[in-house]
Amino acid sequence: MADPTPQSKPTPDTADIERYARLLEEARGIHGVSLWQDAWRRLRRNRVAMCSLYFVIAISVLAVFVPLLPLQSPLDKDLRGRKDLPPNLAPISLGSRDELRFEGNSLAKELAKFEARLAELRAGVSAADADGQLRLKQQIETLQTNEDPLRKLWNNPGPIVRWMLRLRVSLFGDWCIPSVFGTDDLGRDVLSRVCWGARVSLVVGVVATLVSLSIGVSYGAIAGYCGGWVDEIMMRFVDILYSIPFIFVVIFLLTILGAEDTKKWLDEHGINQLVIFYVVIGAFYWLTMARVVRGQVISLKNEQFVEAARVIGAGRTRIIFRHLIPNVLGIVIVYLTLTIPAVMLFESFLSFLGLGVSPPDVSWGLLVNEGTQVITPIKIYWWLVVFSGMTLALTLFSLNFLGDGLRDALDPRMKNR
Amino acid sequence: MGGVAWFLLRRACWVVVTLWIVYTVSFILMRSVPGGPFDSERKLPAEIQKNIEARYKLDQPLLIQYFDHLGNIVFRGDFGPSFRLTDFTVNQVIEQGFPVSASMGIFAITFAIVLGTLSGIVSAVRRHTAWDVSFMTAATLGIAVPNFVLASLAIVVFVFQLHWFPAAGWGSLRQIILPALCLGAPYAGYIARLTRTGMLEVLGRDYIRTAYAKGLGEKRVVLRHALRGALLPVVSYLGPATAGVLTGSLVLEQVFALPGMGSHFVEAALQRDYPLALGMVMVYTCLLLFMNTVVDLSYAIIDPRVKIETQ
Repeated sequence: MADPTPQSKPTPDTADIERYARLLEEARGIHGVSLWQDAWRRLRRNRVAMCSLYFVIAISVLAVFVPLLPLQSPLDKDLRGRKDLPPNLAPISLGSRDELRFEGNSLAKELAKFEARLAELRAGVSAADADGQLRLKQQIETLQTNEDPLRKLWNNPGPIVRWMLRLRVSLFGDWCIPSVFGTDDLGRDVLSRVCWGARVSLVVGVVATLVSLSIGVSYGAIAGYCGGWVDEIMMRFVDILYSIPFIFVVIFLLTILGAEDTKKWLDEHGINQLVIFYVVIGAFYWLTMARVVRGQVISLKNEQFVEAARVIGAGRTRIIFRHLIPNVLGIVIVYLTLTIPAVMLFESFLSFLGLGVSPPDVSWGLLVNEGTQVITPIKIYWWLVVFSGMTLALTLFSLNFLGDGLRDALDPRMKNR
Repeated sequence: MGGVAWFLLRRACWVVVTLWIVYTVSFILMRSVPGGPFDSERKLPAEIQKNIEARYKLDQPLLIQYFDHLGNIVFRGDFGPSFRLTDFTVNQVIEQGFPVSASMGIFAITFAIVLGTLSGIVSAVRRHTAWDVSFMTAATLGIAVPNFVLASLAIVVFVFQLHWFPAAGWGSLRQIILPALCLGAPYAGYIARLTRTGMLEVLGRDYIRTAYAKGLGEKRVVLRHALRGALLPVVSYLGPATAGVLTGSLVLEQVFALPGMGSHFVEAALQRDYPLALGMVMVYTCLLLFMNTVVDLSYAIIDPRVKIETQ
């Protein structure tokens, strides 16, 4: 024991070398399991959570690619003949309604005609003189706003959605899925409305949750790390907010912001109803997140790695955002998956009450509301409630179960169960 | 008992501060918006506009309006006249709506607690049996299906197909049952899951084994020894559950066309009847604060380990 360092042995005998080599080999054979690998392994064993995960992925992919799918128009009303049809398999093609006055009653042909005219005008622009150019450009603009067949069938499509819709027309032509979910009392296809509603509902859920996430995590982390009177004041504030029935305040706020004058002012500044929605909901859903993160940070801030960071001279901000927050990521992800369904439910609540998404946008809450309004003793249009309600319920269900599953998977106490 | 009194006193201070903040924020919000409920498409003659403003005291400086309104509420409990429901004061509207909402809420919460704990206990004690599976499936469904969807489906099935319940109206027990069941269902589901988890954890403890070892029957062990510990998470969930029931009643009163506070509130908000909406927000805040206090107190009573904190 006089000289334990290896340098003191100038000639280690071969037996030792072999032994070390064997040990090294053995060590290489053992793979360390990180927290995430471990959690993933446990999550995979949870069948309900995995089914939920697949469902959530499927519905998100669906929501992204809705414009590509051969669906009917979610907006095109047909009050003659297609009102309140029960689920059926009767074939239907896009743009076949006479009132649309499409070329040959076909969207594909009309779109081709429209593009041809647009191309013709555009070709004229480069040839014309300055005055003519201006006139032609105006013509193109009016053509695009008034005559665009895509605008007649879909609500104000943005550039990406337009591109996808055009791709969809070139892929499937006028063919679309028959009304397997029936049609509503304005003759619109329910399947298509449910799919387009998924976009709004999911986006509201995700964006509002991200807003609340960024507020809650920073707030909680700062309160937890600073401690002392800062923590005390910040958490008292959270306590007060907690005891406010914020749903009523949100409703109050939304009606005020939705007032004619206010709305005009907000529109001028590029803020529409949906943005208000994200911010208002997000601003009220961060409380739980802040509390949870604070608790975690308090238990972490005296760990050695924080000490080490401080020793090498990292500042407060750096410690909080680079060292502490990544370590509370697990619990944040769990709350993320639990907040998304809560926000979606809240959105559908508000839409149901007529305070949320307004037509021609569609969301699931709005669809269920439309469905319940036509429940009468005389005739029951069950398909209006059942399909939108079931989609909403299934999505909330899987998000909740995914969140529960993740919580169990990331909980080290559950390790050997 | 000094601890409890001290706790209540502190809590009362908090309640007052919270109520004042809620009131002030709501007041500022509602007065800072341009335009009001009396702005219509048609411009009113100046004298009429002036008369209306005088009637609702909108012609005075904001600060005076604020203290006037606040003073009326604090000293006389008077929320003033409603803007839209002419000849009604806010107090009258609340008086009419409150009993409806309250009875529905109480029914819903009772139903949720009774059904939730019962099915939770059965599921935990008879773990992995058909009972357990079916109760937990039902609970999960109850949580996942939003209550307005549930209510719509229930109306289709129980009212129009089976004719078990009347479709709308208020007064008799038969008319309360369906809305209250739909309102309570998600919370029943949640409570069932909480009870089951809590029960399973408690049933594995040593003191339960001791209870069995000294020869007590299963019923006595479960109900007397295990239940108390298992119910703690349920009790702490009652605060959020109350908030949820209050929210849910907004929607369900619309679905079932009940003349409760919720439907008045939505109506008031949509029509920008600010005094009415403000009054409702205050009532709901009071209810929530009251329930939270009750929950905190009962938590300390059930669990002897929890001391009421005088922080």
